[in-house]
Amino acid sequence: MSAAELSVAEREVWRLLATVPDPEIPVLSIVDLGIVRYVRSAADGRLHVGITPTYSGCPATAAIRSATRAALDDAGHRDALLEEVLSPPWTSDWVTPAGRAKLEAFGIAPPAAAAAGPASQPVRCPRCGSLSTERISEFGSTPCKAHYVCSACREPFDHFKCI
Amino acid sequence: MSTPAAVPARRDRALNDALFRYLLRLADTSLVLGQRLGEWIGHAPALEEDLGLANLALDLIGQARLLLTYAAEIEGQGRDEDALAFLRDAPEFLNLTLAEQPNGDFAHTIVRQWLIDAWQLELYEGLAGSADTRLAAIAAKALKETRYHYRFSSGWLVRLGDGTAESRARAQQAVDSLWRFTEELFTADEIDQRMAAAGIAPPLGAAAERFGARVAEDLTQATLTRPPQQPHPWHGKRGVHTEHLGHLLAEMQHLQRTYPGVRW
Repeated sequence: MSAAELSVAEREVWRLLATVPDPEIPVLSIVDLGIVRYVRSAADGRLHVGITPTYSGCPATAAIRSATRAALDDAGHRDALLEEVLSPPWTSDWVTPAGRAKLEAFGIAPPAAAAAGPASQPVRCPRCGSLSTERISEFGSTPCKAHYVCSACREPFDHFKCI
Repeated sequence: MSTPAAVPARRDRALNDALFRYLLRLADTSLVLGQRLGEWIGHAPALEEDLGLANLALDLIGQARLLLTYAAEIEGQGRDEDALAFLRDAPEFLNLTLAEQPNGDFAHTIVRQWLIDAWQLELYEGLAGSADTRLAAIAAKALKETRYHYRFSSGWLVRLGDGTAESRARAQQAVDSLWRFTEELFTADEIDQRMAAAGIAPPLGAAAERFGARVAEDLTQATLTRPPQQPHPWHGKRGVHTEHLGHLLAEMQHLQRTYPGVRW
């Protein structure tokens, strides 16, 4: 395969992975989530796809792995290698701008910059846009979310944790 | 999924064996604490804290899986994470004695968590720069989670300590009762020394100082008193445990022992 063909294949796989949903927040794809670390054609002539887990114990990791494998197989990339990448560790900063917009539209406040430190910025209510919100719990329904309530519209909502 | 090879250079046998045991200490501490926290599910004082403790447990068990998988590879005897978690007996577990202590009341659970979070913070920060790249990657990942855990547990420590007379009394009682297990955290034995000499683990002396300063500051903020240091007759990390671990393992391992190899 020539280099040009390979990069076409790489682009095609990126597009394909952008259709694999996160099982717990299905509006997000695994590309939106920033967990696809690379798609590259290696010297062995095979495509290597690197995926990193969000949290060490996230139960979605296994589901994401098999959904990704199935998507690759169905698209004819049966010889593509799926690799688990631990380093550098995933950060919520890798959630793409498109992913952030989708989260907010879905009712989940997107993460602030992790570098700024936890809870350093006010969290905006994804429903009414108020900055007058309050944290109920550091934790929520999945490892990646915390629980908030809006003081303006009184609606509870999830906030994507910043790590 | 294949893991990109981070095959360590050929280590001498003794170093390899020490690394195996060192990895088990880290893994077992996370696993046993995760199992303890799981006992709270459905019983915590409020739904939010129930979810919180379960989330801590999930992260800890995830860290334990990464560490046990690596330990099994280092051992090279054909065991895997499940064999190590479910088919070892108490004397083969090398967790800190503190991790296996029963939940007690909520204050007790929070104080135990806070002490281990503060310990893991120091340890994982050092391990993130380990000469062993696989362990460094696991530690860097765990460190982010541990920072979050510590924020939760130290926040609760202050809330309970600087709270009502009742919550303060219970928090102080928990500190008094658990403090005797802290000596073990930073007492280096030959495995710790070997790991430090090989650049695999941070030297425990400097970590102990930072831990001491952090913990003292938190206690002051929580208006709690630090008990005097006591000699420790417990050696969980050498496989000598309090009676509590056996009971915990009986519950944790029951299914695998009764139905060997059972899968979902």
